Amino acid sequence: MQRWLTDPVLKVENLTMRFGGLVAVNNLSFSAGRGDITALIGPNGAGKTTVFNCITGFYKPTVGRIALRQGSIPFEGNVETLTDSSSPTLAGPGGSLYLLERMPDFEISAKAHVARTFQNIRLFSGMTVLENLMVAQHNPLMVASNWTFGGLLGLSGFRRSERDAVEKAKYWLEKTRLIDRADDPAGDLPYGDQRRLEIARAMCTDPVLLCLDEPAAGLNPKESLELNTLLQSIRSDHGTSLLLIEHDMSVVMQISDHVVVLDYGTKIADGPPDDVKADPKVIAAYLGVPDDEVEAVEAEVGA
Amino acid sequence: MSNAYSPPGSAPKIDYSQILRDAVLASLVAFGLFFLLIGVKTDQSLNNQMILVLRPGMLIIVCAVVFVGRLAIGLYYARRDALAPAKAKKPKGDLALKLEKYGLPVFVGFLFAYPLMVLATAGPSGAIKWIDNFGIQILIYIMLGWGLNIVVGLAGLLDLGYVAFYAVGAYSYALFATSEPVKAFMADMIGPTFWPLWAFWICLPVAGILAAFWGVLLGFPVLRLRGDYLAIVTLAFGEIIRLVLINWVEFSGGYAGISSIPRPSFFGIPFNASDSGFAARFGLEFSPIYRTIFLFYVILILALITAGVSSRLRKLPVGRAWEALREDEIACRSLGINTVSTKLTAFSIGAMFGGFAGAFFAARQGFISPESFVFLESAQILAIVVLGGMGSLLGVVIASIMLVGGVEILRELDALKAIFGPNFDPAQYRMLIFGFCMVLMMLWKPRGLISVREPSVFLKEKKTVSSDHVKEGHG
Repeated sequence: MQRWLTDPVLKVENLTMRFGGLVAVNNLSFSAGRGDITALIGPNGAGKTTVFNCITGFYKPTVGRIALRQGSIPFEGNVETLTDSSSPTLAGPGGSLYLLERMPDFEISAKAHVARTFQNIRLFSGMTVLENLMVAQHNPLMVASNWTFGGLLGLSGFRRSERDAVEKAKYWLEKTRLIDRADDPAGDLPYGDQRRLEIARAMCTDPVLLCLDEPAAGLNPKESLELNTLLQSIRSDHGTSLLLIEHDMSVVMQISDHVVVLDYGTKIADGPPDDVKADPKVIAAYLGVPDDEVEAVEAEVGA
Repeated sequence: MSNAYSPPGSAPKIDYSQILRDAVLASLVAFGLFFLLIGVKTDQSLNNQMILVLRPGMLIIVCAVVFVGRLAIGLYYARRDALAPAKAKKPKGDLALKLEKYGLPVFVGFLFAYPLMVLATAGPSGAIKWIDNFGIQILIYIMLGWGLNIVVGLAGLLDLGYVAFYAVGAYSYALFATSEPVKAFMADMIGPTFWPLWAFWICLPVAGILAAFWGVLLGFPVLRLRGDYLAIVTLAFGEIIRLVLINWVEFSGGYAGISSIPRPSFFGIPFNASDSGFAARFGLEFSPIYRTIFLFYVILILALITAGVSSRLRKLPVGRAWEALREDEIACRSLGINTVSTKLTAFSIGAMFGGFAGAFFAARQGFISPESFVFLESAQILAIVVLGGMGSLLGVVIASIMLVGGVEILRELDALKAIFGPNFDPAQYRMLIFGFCMVLMMLWKPRGLISVREPSVFLKEKKTVSSDHVKEGHG
């Protein structure tokens, strides 16, 4: 069943991103299914991170529509209505639609609930692990503290929410096996733990869609395996859809439901992992054309 | 504790010749630098001609001081490095936490008792200097330091124009309190004695709010700037405010400033020699010391409010967002934090406390002019925050006492005349000594006196965060 066609959470249409004369992403369209793990792969410089930066609002796309759906509001018709209006959101029966290219980056996280991690880890290294997760719950806590005034007066409503926030942080710390390091500075953690902490921090924002930029980079095989379990549990226990950029083929092929391949900013393949793996265009993009090399890597990918 | 790297009993090796060479080199550099600055002096001869007077003795003394100083620093570091592996794993930072926990209450208790202690030891006439020059002056800087600490220490926004908000607060109070229309209006509405008596208490919050408003005004254009660029724009902002105050004579009185600003009353009771004055009402003999003591308690309370609010804010979401902003702005935005409003709240709340301090300053002096709000003031407040250790409340206290109190103490050191001759005026050398001490401090503690960060929330055990991880805040 191709969920990305029948029940998408994210629809990217005709996305083009130009930097001066350079076309980083060229007329890209793809969808990510609700509850799917969608992998965005491609050789270095293919434009994967640019796509991520467009989805999460760090870049404003030159052309294109990026629509995100919360709940079961149908895409058809509503997206067109929303596009014709000047507003970035549309609340309808059963959920809401967001046009991400119209929203500033922090609102994409706060309102549309798209969370992300970074290729080069961006933790608050001078703050403790627990504090990192508390910062991620800034917006609900801000409301609970009556935009600081209630918190300053020490109202009990805020103290309760603060406790709840700590509980939520504890849940994610246990889930990522970081509970013993909760009071240590994030900068003191080893690399693999920092990667997991970044995922835990992103999950504390209650995302509908979690975008992971190379989550397995720099992990050893054991950690990589552990990451697979974590990502699968995020998907199945929390109903969060995942979109990930990855080079580690063992991660991509084992856990993803849907693979989109980019090369030179253009989509060259889109489908279930097994189909993509066999696609000659993908093999050529990754490896160049000589047959013997293709076979060698085919064997590796197949294994 | 076992040490795998050096065999037990082996004496740490120190390269003395290298240290000696360093010291000689430093004294040679000092000779080159000071040969013209100190070694030669222009003077007038009897024929009214300009002549050069050589001062070899002075030059030799300075070079010798540099030589000995460099030798001492070299030996200190060599010894420390040689001994370092043996105690490298010593847990540190818990001391700072304890100091912050127990040191501050003890210090606050001391401050409350301070005027009475001074009064008991020095008598009413001698006490004024100690309460005013040391107590009040230092407390103003502690308050300014705590205010700026929100902007620089927590939010990591390097602000070189903080004195502008101090000026806004001072001029708001001075202008409102001396304004004829306001006086006439209040006299019509309530009574002729009302405004001079209550102006301070009414204008204090107004001054804070106006300063906060100017904080937002400065914040908007600098939102996109970071680090050095931010520092330059804030510096320019401070200068603009000062130059406007100098040149807009009808508004602010220009260089002449504003005089006869009403002094604060004891909640409606003036401090004067009249029958309705403070001394007469309380059956005391009139003395200016009561006003000074009262002012001391006012600034003490104001400073404590600043400390209380800023330490409370640190534990609230907005304070955590400030610190997160200092650590990584992009990560903040990816977590849904509105960095614009977060920065603006930091600027405005920091500015507000500067405004309170400014209003107090105007009320204490009774006279203000743009001379009080020069760049050096901003630099000094920033030096207090940096020297104290960014983000640390106790550090600001220690640094203020050292910088403000230390400079004041230097005026008193007549004993130095015994060394440098009767013409030596210690007050003239205080900035030189001040700078020298700053250099030494930064060598010894590059991240400030209290260089550990206390977490705002903890699960099991409160551990301090070493300054190695904490960002210095470059934007």
